[in-house]
Amino acid sequence: MSDTERDVMTYDVIVVGAGPAGLATAMRLKQNAPDKEVCVLEKASEVGAQSLAGAVIETGPLDTLVPNWREDPPDICVDVTGDEFWMLKKDGATRMPTPPQQNNHGNVVVSLANMMAWLAPKAEELGVEIYPGFSAAEALFDANGAVRGVRTPDMGIARDGTLKGTYEPGIEIHAPITIFAEGCRGHCTKQLIKRFELDTDCDPQTYAIGLKELWKVPPERSQPGLVQHTIGWPLENDIYGGSFIYHLTEDRIALGFVVGLDYADPRFELFEAFQQWKHHPKIRALIEDGEIISAGARALVEGGWQSLPRLEMPGALIVGDAGGTLNVPKIKGIHTAMASGILAADHLCESGAVDGFDAALRASEVGGELKKVRNIRPGFLRGKWAGLANAAWETITGGYSPWTLHNHADWRATEKLAAVENQPTPGQANDWQTSRDLAPRDRLASVYFAQTEHDENQPVHLQILEPDICVSRCTEEYGNPCTRFCPANVYEMVDNDAGEKELHINAANCVHCKTCDIKDPYQIINWVTPEGGSGPNYTNL
Amino acid sequence: MKILVSVKRAIDYNVRIQVAPDGSGVVKNGVKHSMNPFDEIAVEQAIRWKEDGTATEVVAVAIGDDAVAEQLRTALAFGCDRAIHVKTNDEVQPLTAARVFKALAKRESPDMFLMGKQAIDDDANQTGQMTAAKLNWPQATFASKIELADGKADVTREIDTGLETLSVDLPAVVTVDLRLNEPRYLKLPNIMKAKKKPIEALAFDELDVAAATPIETVTTKAPPKRAGGIMVETVDELVAKLKEKSLI
Repeated sequence: MSDTERDVMTYDVIVVGAGPAGLATAMRLKQNAPDKEVCVLEKASEVGAQSLAGAVIETGPLDTLVPNWREDPPDICVDVTGDEFWMLKKDGATRMPTPPQQNNHGNVVVSLANMMAWLAPKAEELGVEIYPGFSAAEALFDANGAVRGVRTPDMGIARDGTLKGTYEPGIEIHAPITIFAEGCRGHCTKQLIKRFELDTDCDPQTYAIGLKELWKVPPERSQPGLVQHTIGWPLENDIYGGSFIYHLTEDRIALGFVVGLDYADPRFELFEAFQQWKHHPKIRALIEDGEIISAGARALVEGGWQSLPRLEMPGALIVGDAGGTLNVPKIKGIHTAMASGILAADHLCESGAVDGFDAALRASEVGGELKKVRNIRPGFLRGKWAGLANAAWETITGGYSPWTLHNHADWRATEKLAAVENQPTPGQANDWQTSRDLAPRDRLASVYFAQTEHDENQPVHLQILEPDICVSRCTEEYGNPCTRFCPANVYEMVDNDAGEKELHINAANCVHCKTCDIKDPYQIINWVTPEGGSGPNYTNL
Repeated sequence: MKILVSVKRAIDYNVRIQVAPDGSGVVKNGVKHSMNPFDEIAVEQAIRWKEDGTATEVVAVAIGDDAVAEQLRTALAFGCDRAIHVKTNDEVQPLTAARVFKALAKRESPDMFLMGKQAIDDDANQTGQMTAAKLNWPQATFASKIELADGKADVTREIDTGLETLSVDLPAVVTVDLRLNEPRYLKLPNIMKAKKKPIEALAFDELDVAAATPIETVTTKAPPKRAGGIMVETVDELVAKLKEKSLI
């Protein structure tokens, strides 16, 4: 539909995504240059509704942006009172020394969804225009090939592609500078990295998937400010991952489970691993007889320093986790995302152009922080114990090792069934419990707590580029791992009328975590934007 | 023809409702709110009339705290000409709303007061009827089709036995049902423009309306949880269990 007449609006700067990186960029731009017209697009129906994180944050960048923020903090904002690090076995737990990167003294526990909803009006007070419910469907380019803005999605197109009575074409928004702050695996960013070959000088980006639930627990179980992390059961030694348990006020506890997407066995069921973990006696004791309030999932970047693509291109910058500024050993990315946004805004105001931002970021504290810990995450490629030993070395030497370990694309790490068929499945191998009784029962029940919504009558936003592969090669070689790694049960293999297997895509369940786009072993799943405002509506995640 | 259309800010239909721990109501803080979907249908209808020349002016009205302005902005982005925000931080019950709407109708003299048939938060389905009674205007509720001619509205409404068509003299209160229309997607430029339109603010005493709420909420509780079922192996066992519980 390239011949569609579209309205055009013009701004000085467009920011794509109202997460921590995007809002920080927009706020700092207005603080530096109040006359600049800054427009922020957000695909969620409200700011924060699709933000999901732990989250323990370092407050430095927030102090910079909103110096007096502690006078009127977000609803969920608890000073960290203690750190615990546990190694789990099926029936027991051993307290371990807390890794120094995870010392959270002086940090606060927040809900990112809640914090973004709190930050948005502060941005608007500065004159930032935020438009929730409007995503950037694609980047636009001028005659010289530079980014000239974005297009918002067309609304009111039926599943079969015909136009409904409510059809409303998306509009073009033009600006000399566009900032992509889409978060992990942003779909415009993905296209731009390819188009401008921004990743030719770096390792492939690597990812993890985070699953999170918020629980209301019986009185006196939550110790507000207590930050607990676990590794070990129910994950095997060769799967990188662990959990967080953040104790909040009002008898609420945030539970989360993070698994590196470089796991090898295509039979691994990550949602089930999370549920198994909740039934560990130590965790169960916290949440039993409680009530699940909300749930969600989101992929996160883990590649760090050596996977950071070039963050500038003609007419545009990439900030935050769209590029990949998360610090894995700290398990924190919000402060670096915000700091990268502040840096981008300062850079634009000082130089008036995008050139030099990439170098500025690498030379900044954000770059320094990532470089220092660059070897820790890839050290886990050889399993948990080798990884912990390497992490200890890298910590003692302060990241001054003369080498840099390499990252490999997660989807390439997936083994074929033939290679693992003689091994027990991850669940059997690790003695998973056969019966579970804590909510939610399964992935569909979990999606209910994500409050996700998509109009069923719209084109499927999970595009399969070569559908034939799903029922032929993938079934045989990998056993359709999409039916297992998707935390929202979007992918199902069903029998069609002819009695043949067919991939059924429940796109309306999608929680926009992007795992399928990342982990699919053939890289044939392409996540595109659904109608604006669709997707999860997270409360306090 | 001039139309008043009421807009209520309600908890969004996607939100899983939670009862507040102290029993004072449901959790509203940090929860997504949007325009009551039935009111959205009413706004859409008014704007369609404006676009085809039937209506000359459409005024959106709402009652509530500062946050309600967000829904009035949405109404302006639909294409309403003006918005009036009657401010209160208290809970607004249907009778209070009807008193306010009566005062607004007296002030604005519309030819029609268009409303959603009910709001999805309290499901009271009373405000339209009460407003008509207070104004002593005709009312036609649950409209699935509205035709205007010669100072009258022919309103088709969905009732248990099928469709009923009422003819009411204008001015009248008309409340709308789900099938009247499908609201449009808002255009980004219209949302941008709506941000800059003024919203007229009024206080209860400026309208000479008492804010007293006649009904007091004593407590709010979640319904009791269903106990888990049991699995039976055979039909005989099922029958035995049912007999045991005197269910057959």
